Amino acid sequence: MANTDRPLSPHLQIYRWPLTMASSILHRATGVGLAAGTLLLAWWLVAAAAGPQYFALVQGLLGSWLGRLIMLGFSWALFYHLCNGIRHLAWDLGHGFEKATAKTASILVISASVILTLLAWVLAYSWK
Amino acid sequence: MVAFTLPKNSRLTEGKSYPAPAKQAGQEQKLKTFRVYRWNPDDGQNPHVDTYTVDMNDCGPMVLDALIKIKNEIDPTLTFRRSCREGVCGSCAMNIDGGNTLACTKACDDVQGDVKIYPLPHMPVVKDLVPDLTNFYAQYASIKPWLQAESPAPARERPQSAEERKKLDGLYECILCACCSTSCPSYWWNSDRYLGPAVLLQAYRWIADSRDEMTGERLDNLEDPFRLYRCHTIMNCTNTCPKGLNPAQAIGEIKQLLVERRG
Repeated sequence: MANTDRPLSPHLQIYRWPLTMASSILHRATGVGLAAGTLLLAWWLVAAAAGPQYFALVQGLLGSWLGRLIMLGFSWALFYHLCNGIRHLAWDLGHGFEKATAKTASILVISASVILTLLAWVLAYSWK
Repeated sequence: MVAFTLPKNSRLTEGKSYPAPAKQAGQEQKLKTFRVYRWNPDDGQNPHVDTYTVDMNDCGPMVLDALIKIKNEIDPTLTFRRSCREGVCGSCAMNIDGGNTLACTKACDDVQGDVKIYPLPHMPVVKDLVPDLTNFYAQYASIKPWLQAESPAPARERPQSAEERKKLDGLYECILCACCSTSCPSYWWNSDRYLGPAVLLQAYRWIADSRDEMTGERLDNLEDPFRLYRCHTIMNCTNTCPKGLNPAQAIGEIKQLLVERRG
């Protein structure tokens, strides 16, 4: 009997990721992360409106080491999504489609997001 | 639909390993190992990966040369498509060393370590390295890949200036091997509705043709959240095209035209 139930050839399991593929999925992942982060931000604002006691609780949670770690991720997601968003604008204008340019842009966007995040945190911690 | 893992009937198992060719006295051997995806529709088993070893001193330089040698001398059941062996027919498109390309223009020496060969990704498999391209061809037909004009045909050909003709460079060279479309994660998840880079590049090839008079209708057909806009500029298409074309850019041009005509 011939097997007509054809298998699906392997895809993610075997494909070697070009850098542009990684930066594309990162754009989506950071987008989802930003949505979650915005909920945190809204919670913090609601807490501020709810009164000093509740605000102190939320501020304490966000200020803990875990809270700060989440904020670090949130801020990096923001900077990555922002930088890669600018790159999408360039694409929409018809620029940056060449293979080498696209790869360089991926490296630039990733580096810029890390540098901007570090800068923001250094500024935040040195603010007195 | 997005499914990161393979369905049960598609999961890979380890297959047979064929012995390396025996060494003759005074012979220099340059052994290369090929790990090849196999699936037989008649034995009811899951796909598996077979291992072959070829002496590259006794074989042509390209992956296709090695596949033909394996089929001729080691395992005649190995099945794959090939025809021109010089990168113009697109038949031997497959996934080699993690990227989609033509077996006939990919040198074995360009692959570090074992040469891993799979069919084009996320496609129904007919046998071994032969994918079912029915949907791909149907999508190609859907964009009406021929010159459409309503104005009466002139006595001779429809003329085109040198500049107008130049706009088709980088588009007409496409050989429809499907390397780009099957490299695209968007196409993996949505090939039922998303046309994919190869077909969109061809759609743009007719939009960009000065002699074609159906530009508006062609754009209407593409203005769709799935047919065109599943492209998220992942760039796998452009990175993998064995002809060095740029489907991502062609898709970008279509998107721009759609914005511009809104005024």
